[in-house]
This record gives sequence, structure tokens and C-alpha cells, in this order.
Amino acid sequence: MSADAQPKTVIDDVVCAFCGCVCDDLSVTVEADQITGVKRACALGKAWLLGHSTETDRPVALVDGQPAGLEEAVEVAANLLAEARYPLIYGLSSTYCEAQRQAVALADVLQATIDCCTSVCHGPSGMAMQSVGEPTCSLGEVKNRADLLIYWGSNPAESHPRHFTRYSSIPKGLFRPNGRKDRTVVLVDVRPTPSARAADIFLQIRPGKDFEVIWALRALVQGKAIDDRAVADTGLTLEQIQNLAERMKSCEYGIILVGQGLTQSHGKHMNLTAVFLLVRDLYAHTKFAVMPMRGHGNVTGIDAVLAWQTGYPFGVNFSRGYPRFNPGEFTAVDLLSRGETDAALIVASDPIAVFPRRAIERLKEIPLIAIDTHESETTKVAKVVFTTGTTGIHAEGTLYRMDGIPLRTRQVLPSAYPNDEEVLGQLVARVTELVDN
Amino acid sequence: MNQAKLILIAGRSLKQGTGMNIGKESADYQTAVSTLEMNGEDMGRLGLQDGDPVRIKAAGGEAIVNCRGSNVPEGLAFIAYGPWSSQLMDQETHGSGMPDSKGFEVEVERVG
Repeated sequence: MSADAQPKTVIDDVVCAFCGCVCDDLSVTVEADQITGVKRACALGKAWLLGHSTETDRPVALVDGQPAGLEEAVEVAANLLAEARYPLIYGLSSTYCEAQRQAVALADVLQATIDCCTSVCHGPSGMAMQSVGEPTCSLGEVKNRADLLIYWGSNPAESHPRHFTRYSSIPKGLFRPNGRKDRTVVLVDVRPTPSARAADIFLQIRPGKDFEVIWALRALVQGKAIDDRAVADTGLTLEQIQNLAERMKSCEYGIILVGQGLTQSHGKHMNLTAVFLLVRDLYAHTKFAVMPMRGHGNVTGIDAVLAWQTGYPFGVNFSRGYPRFNPGEFTAVDLLSRGETDAALIVASDPIAVFPRRAIERLKEIPLIAIDTHESETTKVAKVVFTTGTTGIHAEGTLYRMDGIPLRTRQVLPSAYPNDEEVLGQLVARVTELVDN
Repeated sequence: MNQAKLILIAGRSLKQGTGMNIGKESADYQTAVSTLEMNGEDMGRLGLQDGDPVRIKAAGGEAIVNCRGSNVPEGLAFIAYGPWSSQLMDQETHGSGMPDSKGFEVEVERVG
């Protein structure tokens, strides 16, 4: 049958696995095993669905750049990992929980380090949570209850385009029947991003001064007096900060949605610790919550899988036969930059496109194995490459939305490739045999 | 003036996000991640026009990209995450696992 004669199939309630919003109301049109239409997705989700649907011409595996069968590639990769003294498994933010669980099993049997994209996005939020707790909520609570939304160091208009319309400022909620009219939106950032247009109040803070402003807010919320000198270098006036503190205290339900403007800037986990403590202070006045704006589609999921299996959310080392956690020691950028890692398995991630130069150089020096759905900067230099089906398009499994709500993705297209869970499962089986012998 | 010290912010952009799905070899992605957004006053001081190549020097390394005027505040510059921004990041994480990706000082100078 020609492609023209193939019937159209419309699949509703498709789950988008691109970003941490994990929108589960998409409608996808499939013709001749290709996605030809997408409804309700944002620009990112639409590009993701349409961009990943047509790849069928890559070999299932490459060894030294040459096409190889799955079994042969598993054998080569398993031996490289088993022979390494200090291997690293990294990535995992764009695959599903069942595959992530296999990666943790592989790290366990290899006595390897396993780290995920969290360490270079919201790892500092996780460290703050471990220090002082994270007073958080679900996005359903935000939609139904929040009348004050404070986006701090996040730019949802470009990173999570449907956050405003589906979860936070625009939708009508149980206690916010007029939607946007019932809410005040504040954006705190170092530059007027496109998200500033969606805010009622834009506060342009100086780079690296977040902690000072959050600490000033804590003082004001606690009823302590501060003067202009305390906020002199922050880019904000004392009046602006007092105004924000009063809005926080007097709202019915507030939420601070924290982005990488806080986690990747000077202060890192201390910025987040300050925010979490500020929210705790606000409990003396009203109901408040905080939520990290998680980037990749299932980066929240790998934190959850690692935490339930090892007790720690990222940067977990098994070299002593039991899990240990120490950011800076067992995190990927540090291990690679120090030249300690002697083999690496990268799953559903492209660190060679985003890591610091010295870490990239180390990845290029050592035996590198990559599992991904498409060619990337990392697959280009890997010794062994596995091509797998894309989570949410060719493979179904569990994803965690940024608020920790688990959602089941659907398979909308047949796959010419194995899924991540199958490849990782075969690696676990073969590495176990090698290690046992 | 041949060079200026600016504070660099690396981050997400919509074109970077959609471009990576079209393909990292695509012109859309390559343009999105190799463009330095600068304030008009800073560009004027360096004699720069939209599209001019600039060299960015940072503690982590250096990169040559094209510049473009935008609404970033004076003294700041923005570049979307990608191979060029990663060349500029220092690997020091201060015990957090997270390298400084935002808010570090760079020197920007005109090329040619």
C-alpha cells in the first residue's frame, strides 16, 4: 500500500516527554508510520514530536563507527565497562523510569558511579532539600489555589512554554475562577526575558545577588527592620523588596518557581536553601510552596528512581559495594575534569554538547558508550553507539512530571529499534556474567 | 576600545530548544547556540554591528561567535546553551557538581 493510501490515525491524550511539564493532553495524527500533525503542543513539544518521528535509517548499533548487530555491540560495551576500574554512567533524564532502574542495576553490578543531568540543572535544589526540606506542592494545587506566582531565575516562556497556560497563571482553578485575573505574577531575573511580558511585576536583579535579596526578604517576613545598605548592590530598591515581602505575606497561596538562574549562579545550593527557608518563614503568615522548574522530560524521574533504590538523587558511587553520595566528588563534571573516570556509558544525554571543556576532553580520551535515539555530539565520538526508540514516541514507560506526579507515556509509532530498557537490560545481564567470572 | 568585560549568562532559548529537535546540524540550531546577545551600548563601544564575529575569553576557555543586539542590560551578555557556551565554562563546581554556567566574567573583543 502506498503511503498516500494509509489511513490517518488520531491519538489523543499523548504525553509529551520533552520538558518537565510532561503535558498529557496532546493529540497526534499518524499517517504511514509518521507523525504528521500535533495539536495542543507548544513549539518545543511540536518540534520534538515531529523531529523524532522519521528516523529509521540508522543502524541499531555502531562499533568503532561501523554498523554492528545488537548482540555484538552489547558484547563490546559490556567488556569495556567490566574492564574499567572507575566507570561512570551518566544522563538518563530523557528516558523512562523502567530503563533508569536498569541503569541503577548496571551501576550496582559494576560498582560504578551513576550520575544524571540533575547534577548540572537542579542538583543544588536537591542539596538544599536535604539540608532544610522542600515545602512543595503539586501543579494541581498551583492551578486551583495559587494567587501569587513568583518565577525566580526561570524563563518558562522559552523553557516550559505551556507552564503559564496549563498549570500556573492562565488556567481557571477551583478557588481561582477568573484564572489570570485572580493571580499576580512576579518575575525575578537578571534580564528581561520573554517571560517578563507575562508578568505583572518584573524585578531585574543584579547577577549573583539572589541570596542577598532572599535573605532581605526573610528579614522582612520575620518583621525585622533592614535599611538601604543591606540591598545596595542588588539592583533592587528596598521599596521593591518590601513590596514583594508584603505581597508574599498577604497572599492566600503563594508559590516560588525556581529556575537555573538560582542553581547555576554563584551561591548555588545556598541560594536554594535560602528560598526554602523563606518559604518556611512565610508559613507564619499564609500558605506558601516552592517548586523547581525541572528541564528534561524525566529528570525528576531519575532523581526518584535513584533515591528509592540508593537513598540519593544524583552523584551516587558504588565503588565500595554500597551507595555513597557526595556532590563534587561523585558528580560527572568533577569526575571527568579530574581525569578519574576511565570508561563511560551515556544514556539519553549529550554531555559533549554542554559539559565544560576539560570534562569533554576526558570523555574523548576514554572508552565511551552512548545509548541515544539520534546522532549527537556524544554519539559522534563514542566507541559503541546503540540506537534506541524515543521515550513517548516509540517506547512507553513512566515519567515523573516536575511536581513528582507519575504519568504513563504512550507509544504512538512502531519502532525499528530496541528501547532503552532492553539495551540496558542486556548490558546488565552480560556485565553480570563477566563480573561473576 | 577593543575589548569589554561583561558578565555572561548562558541559558535556554526557544530557538535552541526547537533547533535541537530539528537536528543539531541544522542551521537553526547552529545559529541559536553561536550567537552572543549584547546590549546596544556595549556593542557601540566595541564598534560592533549585528552579525559581527566576536571572541569571548573566559576562565574555562574561549570561543568565537557572532553578536547580536538585544534587550540584555548593559554589562551583561547572553548565549544559549550549546557547544560554544560549554567552551567557556570552567570545570570548577565548588563541591556542588554544578559548574558556574551563569554570571561569570568574560572578555569580549571584536574579531578582525
